[in-house]
Amino acid sequence: MTTTSDLLLEIADDELILGWRDSEWTGIAPSLEEDVAFSSIAQNEIGHARALYELAARELGTDADALAFDRDPGEYRSAPLVERRRMDWAHTIARHFLYETADEIRLATLKESDNAEVAGLAAKMDREEQYHRLHARMWEERLRDEPRFRDAVHELWPFALGVLPPEQRATLAQHVGLDEVDAVERGQHSDELRELWEEMTIVRRSVPGATW
Amino acid sequence: MVSEAQVWEALAEIPDPEIPVISLVDLGVIRAVAVENGSVRIEFTPTFLGCPALEVMRDAMAESVRALGAEPDVRVVLDDSWSTDKITPAGREKLRASGFAPPAPRSAGTATTLVELNSMAFRCPYCGSKETALENLFGPTPCRSVRYCNACRQPFEQFKTI
Repeated sequence: MTTTSDLLLEIADDELILGWRDSEWTGIAPSLEEDVAFSSIAQNEIGHARALYELAARELGTDADALAFDRDPGEYRSAPLVERRRMDWAHTIARHFLYETADEIRLATLKESDNAEVAGLAAKMDREEQYHRLHARMWEERLRDEPRFRDAVHELWPFALGVLPPEQRATLAQHVGLDEVDAVERGQHSDELRELWEEMTIVRRSVPGATW
Repeated sequence: MVSEAQVWEALAEIPDPEIPVISLVDLGVIRAVAVENGSVRIEFTPTFLGCPALEVMRDAMAESVRALGAEPDVRVVLDDSWSTDKITPAGREKLRASGFAPPAPRSAGTATTLVELNSMAFRCPYCGSKETALENLFGPTPCRSVRYCNACRQPFEQFKTI
């Protein structure tokens, strides 16, 4: 059975790792506007991760930083979709579009949670995510007929399904307009996650208890 | 003994760390103030969850309570009680006067659409024209979009409606 903290950690890990991946465009995006957009989206995602970790930490008797940085890479529950290092623009937009579409379905369920704190936080996150969805859809409309973009969507599709629990996947397939296939499930981590983990935890591992 | 009114007054003097023309009270982020036995409990919600000004705001509130001679207990509430509709009319006017277009009101229950953002509903805070265009949904902080005024040729920041 999935407990509340398990579910919160899944989503928090997705948002934290995706936030890092999105920030890989800072300074080098194809246009200044996209540089600002992906940097701002990254900041939002990491803010969401932090709030989710705080809720989970209360249940688990720890704190948000410990959950974000003190676990071993194998303990993260992030979906393989978000772990992939910065790809080309077609794949970046394909991931953005697929992730935001999946995240909307997941948040809609979370907003109905019996746990008032979880439902309240989900509703707050959803207000911000509306802007991510507008951005993702604007790009999807622009690139929809480009073969390179379509190929990227197909390649990432099994990964996108793995973001959601099985019972929500049919809705995602309907929204994206593709058939459900075997998902790339959570729990399978690539070397790319370990490399990112080495980078994002280096200060904390080098100087335990560092504050600034 | 400090009163709730005194606390509200003190909080109204604390500027938003990123948009200092507007106070935390104008911004509508303070949800409750309660005074009990020399301790002041303040509940507040961040505007955006990724707002880096969160700690600065919390510390500034605690400091101003201490200046009143009371013990602060500042709690961050991560629920859905804040929207841009909570910005006070005075706060909206201060934003406009300093070149930030205040947020458009939330349409009842529906999410903002690109059609709305591309419509002629957004007024330039400099010249008042509605001939403005969306340049970027995102801006220098999580709460802002970037628009451009075709009438006075001035780029400006628009508070996002959330």
